[in-house]
Amino acid sequence: MTSMAMELAAVDSRRRRTRLEARIKKAASYMLLILLAVPFVFPFWWMVSSAFKQPSEIFTFPPTLLPSSFSLQNFIDVFNYQPFAQQYLNSLVIASLVTVGTLLISSLAGYGFARIKFPGKTVFFLMLLSALMLPSEVTIIPNFFFMKSLNLTNTHVPLVILPIFGAQGVIGTFMIRQFFLSLPREIEEAALLDGASRWGLFWHIALPIARPVLGGLSILSFLYSWNLFLEPLVFIDDVNMYTLPLALRNYNDVYGAPLWHLQLAATTLAVVPVLIVYVIGQRQIIDSFASSGVKG
Amino acid sequence: MLHLTNSQRETIWGYLFIAPQTIGFILLIVLPLITIFVFSTEERNLLTGVVVPVGFENFRTIFQEDILFRKVLLNTLTLTLGLVPLNIGLALFLASLLSQKLRGITIFRVLFFSPVVTSAVAWAIVWRFMLQGEQGTVNQVLQLIGVEGPNWLRRPEWAMLSVIVTLVIKNVGLNTIILLSALTNLPSEYREAAHVDGATRWQVFRKITLPLLAPTLLFVTVITVIGSLKVFDHIMLMTAGGPSNSTMVLVYYIYYQAFQFFETGYASALAVILFVIALVLTLGQWLLRGRAYDD
Repeated sequence: MTSMAMELAAVDSRRRRTRLEARIKKAASYMLLILLAVPFVFPFWWMVSSAFKQPSEIFTFPPTLLPSSFSLQNFIDVFNYQPFAQQYLNSLVIASLVTVGTLLISSLAGYGFARIKFPGKTVFFLMLLSALMLPSEVTIIPNFFFMKSLNLTNTHVPLVILPIFGAQGVIGTFMIRQFFLSLPREIEEAALLDGASRWGLFWHIALPIARPVLGGLSILSFLYSWNLFLEPLVFIDDVNMYTLPLALRNYNDVYGAPLWHLQLAATTLAVVPVLIVYVIGQRQIIDSFASSGVKG
Repeated sequence: MLHLTNSQRETIWGYLFIAPQTIGFILLIVLPLITIFVFSTEERNLLTGVVVPVGFENFRTIFQEDILFRKVLLNTLTLTLGLVPLNIGLALFLASLLSQKLRGITIFRVLFFSPVVTSAVAWAIVWRFMLQGEQGTVNQVLQLIGVEGPNWLRRPEWAMLSVIVTLVIKNVGLNTIILLSALTNLPSEYREAAHVDGATRWQVFRKITLPLLAPTLLFVTVITVIGSLKVFDHIMLMTAGGPSNSTMVLVYYIYYQAFQFFETGYASALAVILFVIALVLTLGQWLLRGRAYDD
């Protein structure tokens, strides 16, 4: 062989080696990702599969990955133990009201802060932003006395208005303000010259354009309310008024020890619909979480 | 409105647009915040309704007599110092894994993020189930490989760690996608140039990627630190502050004093302390960020 040919062969084998290396690297990445995903995914799997098991099978050793026989009994008992359907409905209604309220209040304020000139704007905006650092545990005691004096404890009113006007609503205002700041003013200005009022401009032109950010915000607001725990815990006593997070932890025996087959079945019923919606709309949902944080 | 100038009209519209939120905010956030300072100088029993002004007595008790409070502060610090590095480190690692161009990588993004959309209560319930003593799933799996695990949530030396790990898995997805989007938006020229010059992957990461990510890392650290101060749901559901108060953190102690012990005055004094801590942290990060704000 000539030296030329040897060199070519060497180059060829090196190339093959790098290709092999790349393939190994790729396989290693997949292995690592799958391994790391286990603690994120397994809890969901375990929750659902245990919910279908007989109470006696839940603790068998070695653990069974799938129930030996799928039983729906736990899911039926969930509704017999307490008014779970009512509690589910409560959560749905409250989360919907929070969503609508946040969209309305935050889009008004967010538009105002982004587009209208008025004295004290920065001061008001910074005041609102300061709520983001304030843990709700700080204000919950006065709010409890406040609601109690209005006879609003054990009603859903605080659970609706606190998220709308608290940190979650401020995040909404912030998101909408950012959206309008990044949007050229020209379209609106053309309408302004045509004699539209501020309100007309907002309602007929700005809001329809803001549809994507409003969509993201409604997902965030709904989930925020759906998952809220401290506020219902403090404001609600009556089992019929419970929201889902309160209901889930309520499946206990007389000694207060959890009835796991019921807790897990109820948790499955509360979590799985959210996960289904999440998987369908994952791109937009992940993006709206990211955008609510990134520039905060 | 006929004799108003344009800018006067704008001012009125401006106030009208922000009025609903601002009024609600003043009623439900600002006034309660002021009230908490008043309450903190009172003995105020939730059950009997008796209110006695006591000056700074609550604070004196907290700092001089309440032995539990010291433990609470230490626990809160432990939670933050344990949670933040673990969360950020894992988020950074996951983000760099997810930034590779691999087929099906979106699926992993969806998986790592899925606990974020799940309710903390549900997540805590399932993990409490899995972390039980002999019958817990985690210990059963450990047993299969011949390790005998402790009763994670009932042992003072393990409970806090268990809560921290559960929290990290729950929340790390959020930091991961924030870092991921920062990573994918980084200019690639520097890294490519360094590769050509023969730098190793690790060198490129240490010397180029990490410094470029610094602003995002700072932001993520700040929200994680403040978030770690607010951890309530997991504590309430997994350990209820126990065993032997080893997971009693400040927010849970406030709830415990106010709504289990009905000492809302004392709890308000604790809430003032929480407020001061959050304020100091926020001001600190502003100083750190300097003039990073662009408005």
